Amino acid sequence: MPREGILISNPLERLSGEQVRQIHDASIEILNDPGLLCFNKKAAEIFQSRGAKVAGVSGSDTPCWTVKIPEKLVTGALDSAPKTVTLGARNPDNALIMKGDEPRVFFITGSETNMWLDVDFPTYVNKSDPGKEIKVPEFQPRRGMVADLCDSAHVCEHLESVDGYIRTVNIQDKDITGDNKDVNKFFACLNNTTKHVMSGLTSLNQLDNVVKMAEMIAGGPDKLKENPIISFITCLVKSPLQFVDDTTETFMEVCQRGLPIVVSSSPQAGTSAPIKEAGIMAQINAEVLAGITLGQLVNRGTPVLYGSVPVRARMDTLGDSYGSIETSQYNIDCVQMARFYKLPNYSTSGVCDTKIPGQQSSIERLFSDIVVTLSGPQFLHCAFGLLDCNSVFCLLQAVLDDTHFQMIKFFLKSPRINEQELETVKKQIREVVATPQKMFINYIRPVMRSGEISPPYPFEGDGDSDSVFALANERLQELRAKPVEHIDPDTTARIFREIPGLLPRLNVYKGER
Amino acid sequence: MSEDIIELIKKNVIQGRVTQDDEGIEEGMVGQPGVTELIKEALASDVDVSGIINKGLTASMEVVGQKFENEEYYIPDMLASAEAVGAAMEILEPHLAKSGVKPKGKILIATVKGDMHDIGKNIVSILLRGAGYMVKDLGNDVETGDIVEAVREEKPDFLGLSALLTSTMVNMEDTIKALKENGLRDRVKIIIGGAPLSQEYAESIGADGYGADGFHAISVIESLNSGDSLDS
Ligand code: B12
Repeated sequence: MPREGILISNPLERLSGEQVRQIHDASIEILNDPGLLCFNKKAAEIFQSRGAKVAGVSGSDTPCWTVKIPEKLVTGALDSAPKTVTLGARNPDNALIMKGDEPRVFFITGSETNMWLDVDFPTYVNKSDPGKEIKVPEFQPRRGMVADLCDSAHVCEHLESVDGYIRTVNIQDKDITGDNKDVNKFFACLNNTTKHVMSGLTSLNQLDNVVKMAEMIAGGPDKLKENPIISFITCLVKSPLQFVDDTTETFMEVCQRGLPIVVSSSPQAGTSAPIKEAGIMAQINAEVLAGITLGQLVNRGTPVLYGSVPVRARMDTLGDSYGSIETSQYNIDCVQMARFYKLPNYSTSGVCDTKIPGQQSSIERLFSDIVVTLSGPQFLHCAFGLLDCNSVFCLLQAVLDDTHFQMIKFFLKSPRINEQELETVKKQIREVVATPQKMFINYIRPVMRSGEISPPYPFEGDGDSDSVFALANERLQELRAKPVEHIDPDTTARIFREIPGLLPRLNVYKGER
Repeated sequence: MSEDIIELIKKNVIQGRVTQDDEGIEEGMVGQPGVTELIKEALASDVDVSGIINKGLTASMEVVGQKFENEEYYIPDMLASAEAVGAAMEILEPHLAKSGVKPKGKILIATVKGDMHDIGKNIVSILLRGAGYMVKDLGNDVETGDIVEAVREEKPDFLGLSALLTSTMVNMEDTIKALKENGLRDRVKIIIGGAPLSQEYAESIGADGYGADGFHAISVIESLNSGDSLDS
């Protein structure tokens, strides 16, 4: 039984059917004029051989081509791209089945942050009343390490609302190099969670080793096809409208191997896309369609997700503002566009602008988590622990986010209103009204134990102070102490024998054999 | 006459209008000459170049900076003004020497090999142009060898390197090594920037400075220009 996610019965939509059509038409026009600038020769050749208008750009330092993609290539790709994409998992009960026309949401972590936030609770003494002490959370950023990635995967394995795992932190240990980073990051994730694992690829030359490792874990190449325990994400199109050489190459290689991949575009309204909603929408949709089209030309029928990470620029720095309201609006629009094409969508919520957990982070993330979830993306990424616009990851925040998502999931349960239910309550009302106390309390108890009543906020303090962080931290320690099902000893031994570059300290059985 | 036109240049820099087609902030400015047209006009009427620069451009950027500090202007306003100054300096450049104006310096800027991130680098370039520097942008994903060649040919005073990926920031160190091997390292001051970098990293790879953002980049370059040490 795969994971259930949460089905949104009436997804929130911002665009009318006509507006969706208009955006689609504008994107199709953009794909033809101006088209895309392609820095990857092979991709340009593939487009040309299938009837796109391709012309070399003269006078450019790096070789590049303009690619004008005709509508028929796009519609062909939209036809052949699978409408259902399965993201498998080491534990098959954690598999995710994403159907493009079904707004069933799965909550997934992300992305590759450079910084990791530790938290500590030093005690502060009141100057005027030294008897009074409080513990205040202090957050300390440092560079992410492979041990943190293991820690994060382990904790996310136990966070109930986490449906899948995107590597959360960029591993920057001294012994991690361009040539061993990919195998180590995939192994660290796969060995510490039995949920689906997705990541970007740092070096294309590591792809085969990563796939080979996944095959060993899944039980062979065919088993991996059936149960793709890993998937990839690439930003092959850089906004505005440019196929980047190396990520496009990686994308095509993954497509060739038939493994699931997110075609992700991340335009920033104001800098790399127009500041107007119509503009960023027409552009991002064109960019994602261009990527999907290339994927289908490379390998017809290969599974892709419509990936959207649109964001508005901040006016004070022109950095991203994930906390801005428009960012949520664009994401919801993208969910609608993907649903229009019946393709599973990868959208973004929950990233905040602020650097540390606190009031601002809670407000920004909960706002976008709720509204974007309501729109029904199949793959909701970035939702756990991310701060500072994707630059910082904090496990404590991820624990807090898990409770947010449990609240959102609870809220989204379908109303239980039917004839039988109404009969029962009418009877109840008649009975209670006839008693002297006129209280319904006796009827609570059976309901209380049925899971129908939402649990209290788990980190509620008992007095006048706010204990959320301290209590969430206790919870984090409990989760850390829970065991995690690692890859079995034999497979681990084989992986360490056959896959070059793995760090010996990641072998949990090292001491035992 | 020359006072009037300098006033107009100043006003248009503050409005961030490069050409007559630009909107600016006040209503109804489209069609009126922008900084490009005004500079050309000033040159045609032999207005003193140093006067244009000091009283027209530098003074107006001070006003813009003030407005930015007061949160009356946002970064897009600031960039529009900087772009206007950059456009003006480009027109004025051939006239600097004979007017006895010492150019502030030439800067080459590039995002290093393997890295496509360029939004930050582009912003920094515009702001540096706005501060009166001649900036040549080599683009992104630039081969180390091409950077070395550009330094040899262009003889810049400064080299700005940008990287946003931990996997590409190491290419900055390679660039510095390659410059050393080619005997070019001492000819150019190197300043680096990008989200994953830091002052410590700059020091560890032997760069001369680190800029956290565009404004910081300007102040670091100014201090390197005046020969101050890094940590002053
Ligand atoms: C926008 C963005 C993209 C866009 C880039 C668009 C563009 N035209 O540049 C796209 C979508 C193409 C992209 C692609 C990728 N990205 Co990206 N991207 C970002 C993002 C969200 C914002 C960067 C940005 O533009 N910031 C806004 C500008 C204004 O700020 P800035 O760049 O920091 O610049 C300022 C200062 O740093 C400084 N500065 C910058 N340069 C210089 C130079 C000098 C000389 C000086 C003095 C100062 C200076 O001044 C600037 C102005 O204030 C960051 C996350 C983040 N918050 O940083 C991730 C991020 C950098 N990307 C990341 C990744 C992983 C990727 C991909 C590998 C994803 C993939 N799987 O395909 C690809 C890489 C492709 C490649 N080979 O380069 C990671 C990097 C992690 C790591 N390994 O180091 C980040 C941190 C996101 C994340 N957490 O996952 N990305």
